[in-house]
Amino acid sequence: MHSPVLRLIGRQLGSALITLILVSLVIFAITSLLPGDTAKLVLGQFATPDQVAALRAKLGLDQPAPLRYLHWLGGLMTGHLGVSASNDMPVSTLIAQRLPASLLLAGITTLVSVPLALGIGMISAMYRGRLADSALNVVTLAMVAIPDFLVAILLILLFAVHLGWLPALSYISSIHGVGDFLRVYAMPVATLCTVLVAQMARMTRIALINELDSAYIEMARLKGIGPVRCVLVHALPNAIGPIANAIALSLSYLMGGIVIVETIFNYPGLASLMVDAVSNQDLPLVQACAMLFCAFYLLLILLAELAALLANPKLRTR
Amino acid sequence: MSTNNASSSRASDAPAFPPWRSRLAHTPAKLWVGLSLFGFWLFIAVFGAWLAPHGMGAMVSNQVFASPSLAFPLGTDHLGRDVLSRMLIATRYTVAMALAAAVLSSAIGATFGLTAALVPRFVDIGISQIMDALISIPSKMMALLIVAVFGSSIPLLIVAAVATYAPGAYRIARSLAMNQAAMEYVAIARCRGESRVHIALVELLPNIFGPVLTDMGMRFVFIVLLLSALSFLGLGIQPPIADLGSMVRENISGLNQGSLAVLAPAIGIGTLTVGANLLIDALSSKHDD
Repeated sequence: MHSPVLRLIGRQLGSALITLILVSLVIFAITSLLPGDTAKLVLGQFATPDQVAALRAKLGLDQPAPLRYLHWLGGLMTGHLGVSASNDMPVSTLIAQRLPASLLLAGITTLVSVPLALGIGMISAMYRGRLADSALNVVTLAMVAIPDFLVAILLILLFAVHLGWLPALSYISSIHGVGDFLRVYAMPVATLCTVLVAQMARMTRIALINELDSAYIEMARLKGIGPVRCVLVHALPNAIGPIANAIALSLSYLMGGIVIVETIFNYPGLASLMVDAVSNQDLPLVQACAMLFCAFYLLLILLAELAALLANPKLRTR
Repeated sequence: MSTNNASSSRASDAPAFPPWRSRLAHTPAKLWVGLSLFGFWLFIAVFGAWLAPHGMGAMVSNQVFASPSLAFPLGTDHLGRDVLSRMLIATRYTVAMALAAAVLSSAIGATFGLTAALVPRFVDIGISQIMDALISIPSKMMALLIVAVFGSSIPLLIVAAVATYAPGAYRIARSLAMNQAAMEYVAIARCRGESRVHIALVELLPNIFGPVLTDMGMRFVFIVLLLSALSFLGLGIQPPIADLGSMVRENISGLNQGSLAVLAPAIGIGTLTVGANLLIDALSSKHDD
C-alpha cells in the first residue's frame, strides 16, 4: 500500500514544481515589462548613450528576454541572484542578512497563533449556535477585516506610549535575555496574530462542524460520549486535512502582514528589505524577494496537501 | 453587537469558500451595524469633498499635531492641516479606487469564468493553469511587484489590485458557471442551437450573478486593505493627493503624542472594512437561506 501513496506524493510534488516555474515566469514577465529602459531609468535622463549601453551590457539587458529568463532561473537555482541595483551588493548577501529575522518572526507567530486558533475554532464548533459561538463569530468576522496597521497603532499607543511597558521599535541587537526577547517580539507577534487567529479559527470551526454533522458523531453522542471527547478524539483527526489547508492559506496572509509589521516596528527582516527595494525600483532584489516569498508559500500549500493526503485514506485511492 | 439569535437554524454549513462566511449565527445586529458603518463611509466618499471646511492642502494652523478643538474637531496634522477636512476628501480616493478595482476584478473574473465553462476543455485547462499560478502569488507580493515596475499612479494602483484579485474571482466564477453549465436548461439551450455568447449572457450569467456579487463585496474589502497597506508603506497614492492609508503614514510621527491625525484615518479604514465585511456576511447568509 506504500507505492500508491508515494506516487500520489510524487504527483503533488510535480504539480507544485510546475506552479513554481509558472510563478517564476510571471514574476520575470512583470519585471521585464518595464516601459522604457531600466538602464536609462537607473542613470537618469542626462546619461550619455555610452553609459546606458555599458549598464545595459552589465545588467544583461542587451540579450533577448527568453535568454535572460533562463539565465535568471539558473541563477536562482545556484544562489547567484545578481547584484542589487541600488547599493551594489550581491542580492544573496542582502537576503542572507535579513532572512533569519523574518523566519524567526514568522515561526513565533505560527507557534502562538495555531494553538490559539484551534482552541477558538473548537470552542465555537462545540457550542455551535449558542451565545459563545455567536459572539466569537461576530468578533472573528470583524477581526479578519481589520487593517494590520490599525492593530499595530493601537498596541503601540497603549503599551508603548501610555503604559511605557514595551519599546515602539524592535531593536533586535538589544536582546540580552528572555525578558528583552519577549518585550521586543510581543507587539509584532500580537499584531500578526490578530487577523491570523481570526481567519484560522473561522476555517477550523467550519471544518469541525462539517465533521460534527456526520453520522459517526451522532453515533458517538448516542453512546453517551461527552462533547469534548467527541471533538478531540472523534472529529478532530478527520478534520486534519481541511484544517491543515486552512492554516496554510492563513499563513499566506502572514506573508502580507509581515510586510506591514516589519515596516511599522522597524524590524530588520526580509519584508522590509523588499519594501525598500520596491521604493528604490531595485528590480533584481524585488525579483529575488518575491520569488522567495512565493516559493515559501507554495511549500506551505504543498505540506498542507500532503497532510490532507496522509490523514484521509479516501483521498489516497482516488 | 449583541448576539440574540442563539436559536438560529442548524442548516449545514456552506462549502468552504469564502471560508469565513458562515450562515450560522447571523443576527440582525450584524446587518444594522454593517449597513450603518458602510453607509456612513459611502456617504462621506460621495459628499465629503463638499462638506470639508478646508481644502486638502490648506495649512490652516501654526500648530502641528494640535489636539481636537472647535475649529479643528480632529486636530491638525504634521503640517498643520485640518485632519477632518483631509479625511473627508481622502475617503473618496480610498472608496472609489477600491470599488473600481473590485468591479473590474469581478467583471474580468466572470468573463473568463464563463468562457472557461463553455469552451473546449484544453482551453479551460490552459486558462485555469495560468490563473492558478497567479493565485499562488501572495496578494501583497503581486501588488508590490507591479508597483516596483510601473510606479504608483492611480490607474496603475487599480491595475495592481485587479491583477491581484481577478484570478481569485475567476476561480469562483468558473466553478459557479461549471455547476450551472452541467444543468439541463443549458443542455436544452444548446439543443435549441443558441450560440455560446447567448448561453453565457442569457442563461448562465443571471444564475451566477448573486454569488459573484457577494464575492465582489469580499474583494472590495480586501482591495481597500491592500491599497491602504500600499499607501501606508509609501508605495500607494502619492502627494499631493492622499487616501486614508497615506494619511496614516504621513502622521505616524505623531503617534507618540497620541495624535488623532494618525489614529482617526486608521480607525476610518478599519470601520469601513469591518462594516463592509459584516454587511456582506449578513446579506449573504440571509440570501442563502
